[in-house]
Amino acid sequence: MAELLKTPLYEKHVALKSDLVEYGGWLMPVQYEGVITEVHSTRCSAALFDTSHMGEFLVEGAGATEFLQEVLTNDVSVLNEGRIIYSPICYPHGGTVDDILIYCYHPKKYLLVVNAANSAKDYAWLSEKVRPGVVLSDLSAETALIAIQGPNSLSALQSLTDAPLEQLRYYRFIPQVELAGVNCMVSRTGYTGEDGFEIYCAPDKAASIWDKLLETGDDCGPSLTPAGLGARDVLRLEVSLPLYGNELSEKITPLEAGLFRFVSFKKGFFIGREALQKQKEKGLTRQLAGLVLQDRGVLRKGYPVIEGENEIGVVSSGTYSPTLNKSIGMAFLAPDKVTPGNLVEVMIRNKPRSARIVNMPFYRRGSQ
Amino acid sequence: MKWEIRKGLKYTKTHEWADFKGDLVTVGITDYAQDMLKDVVYIEPPEIGQKVQAGESLAVLESVKAVTDFYASVDGEVVEINETLLEQPELLNEDPYGAWVAKIQVDTGYENPNLLDEDEYAALVKKEADQ
Repeated sequence: MAELLKTPLYEKHVALKSDLVEYGGWLMPVQYEGVITEVHSTRCSAALFDTSHMGEFLVEGAGATEFLQEVLTNDVSVLNEGRIIYSPICYPHGGTVDDILIYCYHPKKYLLVVNAANSAKDYAWLSEKVRPGVVLSDLSAETALIAIQGPNSLSALQSLTDAPLEQLRYYRFIPQVELAGVNCMVSRTGYTGEDGFEIYCAPDKAASIWDKLLETGDDCGPSLTPAGLGARDVLRLEVSLPLYGNELSEKITPLEAGLFRFVSFKKGFFIGREALQKQKEKGLTRQLAGLVLQDRGVLRKGYPVIEGENEIGVVSSGTYSPTLNKSIGMAFLAPDKVTPGNLVEVMIRNKPRSARIVNMPFYRRGSQ
Repeated sequence: MKWEIRKGLKYTKTHEWADFKGDLVTVGITDYAQDMLKDVVYIEPPEIGQKVQAGESLAVLESVKAVTDFYASVDGEVVEINETLLEQPELLNEDPYGAWVAKIQVDTGYENPNLLDEDEYAALVKKEADQ
């Protein structure tokens, strides 16, 4: 195996005695104190995540907007300066290349934030589609990314800057913010369902920002908890956000994953449009459903979902939810089986266990 | 060492402990094992009356992130399971030597030469932790 990549915060994770695991070619912290503590901290206070493994691409030039309209399923023409949208990227057959965030500096300059494991594949795909008048460049190696997530994020981050962060709305960003003397880009985004920010900075400045944020709690209440990929996965699943590789893949379309809002059929041509239009007209053969396990146990990816003798689907993601104190999961089921309230069975180590189909998300901010 | 290793117990290379009281052997996970697992949220226990062999999976432990087998340290028959763990699997983290998993009846005079004593187990833990 090739040498694993390390983020600029790797030494911090070692010093904090995190468990390090391979993820998307990177050596990343899966947990520090433990996933449950880290999830609770994110929901109740705030936690800090190293997400520097994510990829960042710059798209610039007179044709930037047109180029993105072609490769993304969502409509970037609605964006103006300082706004962000989420969009899948599709293959012509409708399967998903990746799901990404698009930051609009202005209509001739955008930043794309892509999944770490897909970064090389995305770059190759986008390079192939790039046209005259568009310059695509990979900024991943010169960009560190720290997420601060949870209800106390605003006060913690505000303590490092004079910029009026409370005025920054959800899915908006400020390209230049000075945080504790370091030049950063800050967006009000995240992958946890909580209020929070994502901080982009130069790799050699990441450790000082990380340390300053961990110190903020000393004066203003509970300190921030470092949280790993384990907590990040639980948090996103509690609010039913898709994970590429589980709910999206080359073989899974955004429509099957329930991402109708992010596929704009009215904007004109985009790659995958024809296939997705056809799928929409013919009707889906599978769709994502929320499951709550009624019996003891933990739902996991790959477990078959059955009704009587028949397999009616498969679990795409599953976990124990510390927030809800039960096991939750998402599964692809035949659409006629997706009736909230109904009971199905999930095969766990060859034993059928009862699970209830529920509406998603499983958890909403402030609902507990 | 930051992990407790109790004297008088036998240990497996897979981080289970075994407490021999005559023909009755009580088994559980070690402090090191619970610290590696962290946050045990579910245990699928063995069944009473189940015959087991040393090295076979006896129970399944699940943390938030992972599914792990709990291996039998002896040959014998499960005569009791710790039902408290069904409701409170977190006891495995809080008190690993108190939160026993099962009691196994072995044949009179049974010994398992593959089990480690506390010094051998301490050496194993040290080696694994240094890796």
